[in-house]
Parts: sequence; structure tokens; C-alpha cells
Amino acid sequence: MSHLAVIFKREFASYFVTPVAYVFILVFLVLSSAFTFYLGQFYERGQADLQPFFNFHPWLYLFLVPAVSMRLWSEERKSGSIELLLTLPITLWEAILGKFLAAWAFGGLALIGTFPIWLTVAYLGEPDNGAIMGSYVGSWLMAGAFLAIGCCMSALTKSQIIAFILSGTTCLLFVLAGFPLVLNFFEGWVPVMMLDLIAGLSVIAHFTSISKGVLALTDLIYFVSMIILWLFFTRLMLIIKSAD
Amino acid sequence: MIQVNQLTKQFGGAVVVKDLSFEVAAGAVLGFLGPNGAGKSTTMKMLTGFLAPSSGSAKINGFDIQSERQAAQAEIGYLPEGAPCYEEMTVYRFLHFIAEIRGFRGREIAHSIDRVLERVSLNAVLDQRIETLSKGFKRRVGLAQALIHDPRVLILDEPTDGLDPNQKHQVREMIRSLSDEKIVIISTHILEEVSAVCSRAMIINKGEIVMDNTPEALAELAPEHESVSLMIQDLDPQEVASALSLLPESDRVVLDPDGRVTVFPKSIGSPLLGAVQSLVAAHEWRVVSMVQHRGQLDAVFRAATEGGA
Repeated sequence: MSHLAVIFKREFASYFVTPVAYVFILVFLVLSSAFTFYLGQFYERGQADLQPFFNFHPWLYLFLVPAVSMRLWSEERKSGSIELLLTLPITLWEAILGKFLAAWAFGGLALIGTFPIWLTVAYLGEPDNGAIMGSYVGSWLMAGAFLAIGCCMSALTKSQIIAFILSGTTCLLFVLAGFPLVLNFFEGWVPVMMLDLIAGLSVIAHFTSISKGVLALTDLIYFVSMIILWLFFTRLMLIIKSAD
Repeated sequence: MIQVNQLTKQFGGAVVVKDLSFEVAAGAVLGFLGPNGAGKSTTMKMLTGFLAPSSGSAKINGFDIQSERQAAQAEIGYLPEGAPCYEEMTVYRFLHFIAEIRGFRGREIAHSIDRVLERVSLNAVLDQRIETLSKGFKRRVGLAQALIHDPRVLILDEPTDGLDPNQKHQVREMIRSLSDEKIVIISTHILEEVSAVCSRAMIINKGEIVMDNTPEALAELAPEHESVSLMIQDLDPQEVASALSLLPESDRVVLDPDGRVTVFPKSIGSPLLGAVQSLVAAHEWRVVSMVQHRGQLDAVFRAATEGGA
């Protein structure tokens, strides 16, 4: 078994030694269902799809994903175990990826836990199962992007609270990037091309089609690049921060 | 073999470790001594590849800690300061994890754990979560993980800090029992520990080596080394003192309020004790006590690091 797999295994198992994992999954399930049925008017729409369910995922992930990612490196820094981990004969990438993938797999597990909603819609009508599958994959990718951001923020600080706030805020900026709130701020003093670029970074813009079940290549590339980019930043932060 | 060449570490503007160069051969137990903030831990962090040096290099059994980091780290067992570990894990799961990372597979894992448990007694708490253990047991877990791959180089940052006297004794016994072909580096500010386990002591102050020798040789540098104290019955100590100060081997004489007279030698290895004995015999003094002192590291340490951090 490679180093990566050993680290993944340890990290993944670590979620389940405390009640945190179960509480998290429970909260995720309760909130995602509440949003779908009340705010999303799942029944009233009378359509056999899961759009109301997926539409709320960016907002749900905004605070749930940082709650998962905040401990990834902060806890290691606080307890000092980072010194143990990084003096084992492994590469920094193995440590970063092992941790990230474990968190991502955990997120995936929570997502899989929402399957009764799929069963409900399948019972009530004839949904496009391919589209729903596509939305699930897209949602998981979005969670990965948020996790990568959180991973980087967690590498910055000993404090899980600070890591949580930093990642939540950063994720929020990316969610809102396409909204007037952010665009108005830049309008007028940055070139139009920049403005388009900022709007193009919007998580919502990339997730809208996904929530309808359309898994476009550009959206996939967006989320995958986000993950890769933020993991690179994580590595950078770990190298810079270890110097002091 | 550890070769350290002009190792330097700066944090911001402050130089924490300055141009450190030394070699350690197999079989040596090297003690890093120094006041807090002298750069002991920073040096160890660089030797284990956790911190990158600002300049200079270190080689562990021929592997450069920067360019061949993983190969070098595979040679090392490391106990970081405070023995941090994954506290939510049980002792067994934790050791299992370390053994797997260290490259053991299948049945080897259990063997490696069994082997380390022979040295470090943890059997009673194997299935307990580490966070529930006492400080002494936690320290042992840290030692066990450092020893699990039977490393040729062992780097222990304050291995006995915070342990009770019995636990300290056990850890020292264990360090002593490690086979002769290993290199052990321990950092400590407990001086008796150096005399107890180290074959070589290095006093570090403000990031620089100020002394490097066997603990015995360092202790000989203490001013009280080979001085002789005596108490004589029914005689004015002043009289004893003046008689002693006339001895050709005597450098100076100190009179204690309790009547004890101590005479310091001019040089190490001088026949001061014999001269004092002859003097006693010649005057037919009735001796209450006569002691020849051995140098203590404390005095040498203080002299070398006074005004330090």
C-alpha cells in the first residue's frame, strides 16, 4: 500500500472515532431535506427532478464544508503532530492528497446519504436518472473545490475557528463572484475583460447547469482546476509556514 | 554517521542556529545541552527534515536531508518535543499506522510492533485511546513510534521532560540499552541526564557550540573539580585555612561558616589530596570529614551559557 493510501485510511477512519462525523452527516441530511421540501417547494413545483435539492448545495456547503476542512492541518499544527507527520519518510504531496481525499470521500459519503430524496422523486414520477447522477457528480466536485480552499486555509493557522472563518469567507467570495454585490464593486475601475473573468469564477454560474443535470466540460474543468490550484496553494502555505 | 556542515537557521532577522558543524559517529549518544531558546530544537528539526536550513547542510548516513530527504528520514526515528501524536487513535492503531508508513507490510507490521513493545512497555494500554493516557505513557508511545523501524539514528527532543523520577530512569535505561551501532542524539536541560546516558555532550548557546566533549571532560572544567574539603575537630578553622594555603599545590582556600575548609588545586591532576593528607598527619589533626570533589556539569554549563537567552 502506498503512503498516500496509508494516510488516507488513517484520516478517513479519524472522522468516525468521535461523534463529529455522525453529527455532521445528520445535520447535512436534515438541512438538505429541509431546504428541498420547504424553501425549494419540491412538491409544489410538480416536477420530477431534483433541482430544488441541488440548488441549495452551494449555500449548504458554504458552512458545512469548512467545518470538515478546518481541522485538516490546524489540528496537526496545534497538537504538534505535523512535526511527526512531516518527518516520516513521505512526500508533502502524499500528506496533502491523503488528507484531502479522505475529507472528500467523507463528503461523498454524506452526499450518498441523501439517496432517499432520489428514491422519493423516482417513486413520485419518472426523473431523468442520468441528469440526477450528473448533478450528484457535479455537487461532489463542488464540495471538492470548497474542501481544497478549506485545506489551504487550515494550513495557514493553528486555530480551527480562524480556519473555518477564512474558508467560509473565501468560499462565499467564489459563490458570489457572479452576483452584482461583487461585480458592482469592481465595475468601472477594472477592465471589462477582468470583470468577465471575475464573473467566470463564480461557483453559482458553474453550478447552475450542473444542478439541472447538465455536466458540461467547462464546468468540470472549472471545479477540477479549483481543486488543483488550491491544493498547490496548500502546499505553498505549508512550506512557507513551516519556516516560522 | 551524521555530518553537519555550517548549518544555519534564521527566522526573520534573528539567527537561531549559527554555522553549526559537527560529526557524530555510530555508537555515540550525543547530548545537546543548552538553555531554553539556544537552538537545540531548531537544530533537531533541521536534522529530521522538518525545517529547511537557511544555509548549510546535514547528512544522515550519507543521505542529504534536503536533496535526499525521504531516504534520510527513513534512517531516523524522531521524538519531537512534547511527544505529539494522533491522540484520538488507540496506541495499537497508532503504532500500526507508523509501521505501515515506515514500509512494513502484512505480518511484518505485527512483528515490528511486538519488537518495540519488548523495549517500551505499553501492553497494558494498547487498546486505549492515546488522549486518555498519562504523560508517562504518552511519552512512551512517542518513543515506541520512533523505535518501530529499528532506526540507525535516533533523535529525541527532551525525552524525559515532565516524567517522574521512575519514568526518567526507565527512559534512560532504554536509551542506554540501545545497541552500540546506533547514533542517539538527545536534547535536554537536565544535566544529570547527560552524565547518566551520554558519551558526548555539546553545550549550545545562542545557536553556537560553546563546548563539545565527553561529559567527564566537561565536568573537569568546573572550578570545584578535585578540590578538597575538610573539617577538623577542636581547632580554629582559620588556622587550618592558613596552613592549607601554604601548600604549593593550593590555589586558594575558602572558609565556610560551618567550619568547613575547602582548598582548590592550582591545576588538574595535581597531588593536592596527598599533600593535604600529609599535612593532616604532620599536625595530627583529628579529621571529622575529608572529601575530594568531582566537577559538576552545572557549574560548567552556567559558565558557558551565562547571560544566554
